[in-house]
Amino acid sequence: MTGIAGAVALVAEDLACRRGERLIFTGVSLVLAPGGALVLTGANGSGKSSLLRLLATLLAPEAGRILWGGAPIGDDIAAYRAHLAYVGHRDAIKPALSVRETLGFWAAMRGAARPAIDAALAAFGLEAIADWPCGWLSAGQRRRLALARLVATPTPLWLLDEPSAALDADGEARLAVTIASHRAAGGHIIVATHQATAVPGASELRLGDFAPTASDSPDDPLAAY
Amino acid sequence: MSAHLGLLRRELLLAWRQGGEIGLALGFFVLAVVLFPLGVGPEAEILRRIGAGIIWVAALLAAVLSLDRLFAADHGDGGLDLLALSAMPLEGVVIVKCAAHWVTTGLPVVVLSPFLAMLLNMDTAEMPVLALGLLLGTPALSLLGAIAAALTLGARRPGVLSSLLVLPLYLPVLIFGAGAVEAGVGSTGARAHLLLLGALSLAALPLAPLATAAALRQALD
Repeated sequence: MTGIAGAVALVAEDLACRRGERLIFTGVSLVLAPGGALVLTGANGSGKSSLLRLLATLLAPEAGRILWGGAPIGDDIAAYRAHLAYVGHRDAIKPALSVRETLGFWAAMRGAARPAIDAALAAFGLEAIADWPCGWLSAGQRRRLALARLVATPTPLWLLDEPSAALDADGEARLAVTIASHRAAGGHIIVATHQATAVPGASELRLGDFAPTASDSPDDPLAAY
Repeated sequence: MSAHLGLLRRELLLAWRQGGEIGLALGFFVLAVVLFPLGVGPEAEILRRIGAGIIWVAALLAAVLSLDRLFAADHGDGGLDLLALSAMPLEGVVIVKCAAHWVTTGLPVVVLSPFLAMLLNMDTAEMPVLALGLLLGTPALSLLGAIAAALTLGARRPGVLSSLLVLPLYLPVLIFGAGAVEAGVGSTGARAHLLLLGALSLAALPLAPLATAAALRQALD
């Protein structure tokens, strides 16, 4: 993999996240230099996915700010989005499209002129099933396809939510190789996972030390349902 | 531009391969129209008078029926997240999706309308006015419908809720569409109705995607 253009430091200062009535976390800060890796750990419900969605601009922070190369991401949000790739726990795969069509479509949506579809298929061992409709894929194969998008259109910042869920040993090995070459090329990643050892040399950010108090809950949380 | 074409191609491809959904909306459209002669009775004169109204109401209902196809699947499988992060503004995504929705529901309704008009004993001279009205008005149905489809994402009965939201918005389209045929072929009245229909679609073209994209951003939370 060649060097990745546009990798600059990502800094988050004092982020807080609110989902509905519930304050999930406050005071989360992080610094990530190009080539760096950060593993988000914490119990279920501690806000790992929410933090990733905040950093992916899919959620608005309740407080705090995110800096990309020293400038607040709000200054040029389209440029920041063009630099990040987000793999959530849902795969964004349509059963009626083939594996190759899915990769090609999402690459086109990123505005990629010459996407590396074949390299992406090879990186996750999907060549043999490239023309299968995605409806035939197993959970692990769907996961591989979702991750292959990262290779098809290289971006400096990867935000991965439980990337190894449903992957077999071969898939995990391929993921590790992909992450290593991404970092070697100067890209940085943030991974939410339960396995702190998933990324060698990564620093760890532990969420969930913020304890919700009774006042964070509405009087009748079920009333809205 | 490649992103716009890529999205349009994908939407049409999905609609084509999952052909049942298009067939469902169109089958509903045809059946709803066919039911009226059976219910109202076979008097040719009555059918001729209410024919345009029947076809327009059926077209409205067929459009409502197919609205959940617009965003629900992408919202459910996480695709909406990636669309929001793509190189295209969300407003552009909405316009392209509405265009695909119109090609797969609005356009077939326009094409089918002369045959259904024949079934309802409408004058041959009225058919071009009816078809032209549908051609001008159905884009507004897709665009206004997108607002309701986006607002009801995550609701428990999105289909019912979105039809309650969107049918009042469809009233002007229905009034001018049926009114064009009613006003009489070749009259200035028909022309005015058709111009107003076109104006509705043109006004919805920039405004509806703005509202829809705002609703989609809410749904991302």
